[in-house]
Amino acid sequence: MPVERLEGLHTGRGQAGREDDEDEVRRGILLTTMDKAVRWARKQSMWPVTFGLACCAIEMMAAGAGDYDLSRWGMELFRASPRQADLMIVAGRVSQKMGPVLRTVYDQMPEPKWVISMGVCASAGGMFTNYAVVQGVDTIVPVDIYVPGCPPKPEMLMYGILRLHEKVRTEGHFK
Amino acid sequence: MRAEELAGLVRARYPDVVVARGEATLVVDRSELVDALAYLRDEPDLSLDSLSGVTATDWPDRTPRYWLAYDLYSMAHTHRVRLKVGLPEDDPHVRSVVAMYPTANWHEREVYDFYGIVFDGHPDLRRILLPDGWDGYPLRKTEDLGGVNTRYRGAFIPPVDRRTT
Repeated sequence: MPVERLEGLHTGRGQAGREDDEDEVRRGILLTTMDKAVRWARKQSMWPVTFGLACCAIEMMAAGAGDYDLSRWGMELFRASPRQADLMIVAGRVSQKMGPVLRTVYDQMPEPKWVISMGVCASAGGMFTNYAVVQGVDTIVPVDIYVPGCPPKPEMLMYGILRLHEKVRTEGHFK
Repeated sequence: MRAEELAGLVRARYPDVVVARGEATLVVDRSELVDALAYLRDEPDLSLDSLSGVTATDWPDRTPRYWLAYDLYSMAHTHRVRLKVGLPEDDPHVRSVVAMYPTANWHEREVYDFYGIVFDGHPDLRRILLPDGWDGYPLRKTEDLGGVNTRYRGAFIPPVDRRTT
């Protein structure tokens, strides 16, 4: 396997080290740090929790189904239980009464966990500047990625997911 | 039955009936509400035995300010009559009709939730759609428009456009 395919797994010793890496790969040895290996593994198989709230959820389902196929990134498996999930895609407007429910689901997800705020309603209330809707889900849970749109197309959600993958792959330390 | 004929029947007992856009609307005083509903339900030619809904409107410049609307339907005759009751601003109370129409239970709770109109004799008058402990009645015209603070476990975070950095 050429070294270029092993995204994030080279030793980081710079160009001078790459030929050595390639030799080691040919001998069946990979060298990396624990941080990089763990982050790479987390990124490769995120399981989103089912949290569709409105029309954004339709686009989210479309992203998970055949045409767009989130399984290309190992994340087609929307879990009905937050205990088996590490990504929450808040897809739709959150009513004031739904806020505590959302937070409870988030609290039940095991660490590490990430949140994507999908669509303008979840991100900032959107067109619903009224008493009924939470004006930004970041008032309730910490948000990693905001995806704009009303609703965002599956491509936009996928772009947000890929940006989150980039964040997961490059940030934070394994504890 | 056409709305004009219906209105004629109802007028025999309650004179204040308006026909507009093919719909008959009866206006009564709030003290007459339960008697009027009972009459509309039990009179064989009317037989308005189904309550489609209870709703309200708020007219801050009118007297009385709040208006309740009871939409009635007859299963036997398939005709409809609306009954309206005005409630003053300083005393928005009215008798509950849950005992007569059980479906009014949630409708009256909803009107209470959004307009603060109190239904005396309701078996369980508490908020139905808004969270418990909500402050105010959001569909009153005197309420502020726009987003409200997020209320979550004591946190009180203003809407995005009112946040300071």
